[in-house]
Amino acid sequence: MRTALIVLRKDLRLELRTFETVPAMVLFSLVTFVIFHFGFNRATIDGQLAAGVLTATLLFAAMLGINRLFVAEREQGGFDAFLLAPVDRSAMLVAKAAGLFTFLALLEVIAIPAFGLFLLGPSLGPALPGLILVLALADLALAVIGTLVSAIAVQTRARDLIGPVIGLPLLIPALIATARAMGPLLRSAHASSAPPGKWLAILALYDLVFALLAYAVFDFLLED
Amino acid sequence: MVDEPPAIELRGLARYFGERTALRDVSVRVPAGATLAVLGRNGAGKSTLLRILAALLRPHAGDVLVFGEPLPRRAFAVRGKLGLLAHEPLLYRELTGRENLEYHARLHRVGRERVEQVLQAVNMERRADEPVRLLSRGMVQRLAVCRSVLHEPQLLLLDEPRANLDPAASDLVEPLIGRASGCTRVLTSHDPRAALAEADLVLTLKDGRVVYLGEPGALSDSELEGLYA
Repeated sequence: MRTALIVLRKDLRLELRTFETVPAMVLFSLVTFVIFHFGFNRATIDGQLAAGVLTATLLFAAMLGINRLFVAEREQGGFDAFLLAPVDRSAMLVAKAAGLFTFLALLEVIAIPAFGLFLLGPSLGPALPGLILVLALADLALAVIGTLVSAIAVQTRARDLIGPVIGLPLLIPALIATARAMGPLLRSAHASSAPPGKWLAILALYDLVFALLAYAVFDFLLED
Repeated sequence: MVDEPPAIELRGLARYFGERTALRDVSVRVPAGATLAVLGRNGAGKSTLLRILAALLRPHAGDVLVFGEPLPRRAFAVRGKLGLLAHEPLLYRELTGRENLEYHARLHRVGRERVEQVLQAVNMERRADEPVRLLSRGMVQRLAVCRSVLHEPQLLLLDEPRANLDPAASDLVEPLIGRASGCTRVLTSHDPRAALAEADLVLTLKDGRVVYLGEPGALSDSELEGLYA
């Protein structure tokens, strides 16, 4: 855990210094909302449609962060320097996943109110506690799979392609569960303040299984 | 009395990159405290050898023992004892020199005072708070030297250690990575005569094969010139 915190602190400092990843993710999300707004030719959307739009937008914004997650390690020798230190390699997985989770949370702090403003019909207020719970579980799934996929992709020449090609199919179950869990929260009439337990449970189980899987295989991904 | 194991022992080491042979049947013993100079043209396999010794690359055949520990299986046991000065400085360009060294110091559980000590040793303490991307190549190389010796390694793997350094800077890093450091050293150099001057053993490579292994004094000028012809 100590090593993971050291790497995470370094990653957050690098992001604060460069402002490369989070601003790009935010800008992408805002532009996508505007495109959906005009594309649907509707003032507002709600329910399952709104949940689908929000899920897809956050997913594709996350891909920007996923593609850049290990670039500094690869291009500036961070992998080698880390592997030369007498530390547990899994700390890199924990640090990168925590970093991506933080980036996604920062993105959502801006993107969710913007979504409420540009597209969503019903007020966000009553849905917010349930939405935060669903997004936290969804972000965990994106962070774990994103870190795993990014660690594979960065070793290849076609890293910008490998991330989406491997990551998106792996994320399908989590994305379905996220959209289904958010749908009832974003309805105009009879909106629920709590997300459906079944989909939350599926998301939580997905997070657990893939976190364990990532922990088991990550060491091998850092091997030459 | 039990003999001390050599710092490095390679037996029949081979490494391939696809169809290309980077190293083939390399065997060498380096006693603790000795300096091995590895010479050869570009692409001879020098950097590959250093990366295998640093446990960053797997050998495809043969045995690699560092301080008696087989690599890469027991890499964890020797990582803290190795210092690698590679072609790349292994520093983040957007962080300052001091931030980079403090990051490495934390990974190696080394105190901040050691960071200041090495920065002073290479006369970089006044430029240490500038991002690495703004520094000259020579300054970055001095920081890379600091990074590689921060944790006081017992074995230094030095790939062209004096690249980009002017004579004054070269003198500054000498106590850290030179013979005076007291470390076992494996070094490559673009200047073979300079490398021979500080070596106890010489290994010359051509297309990944050992051409000569022995004392530097026994290597003739014609053999040396033939290596780079």
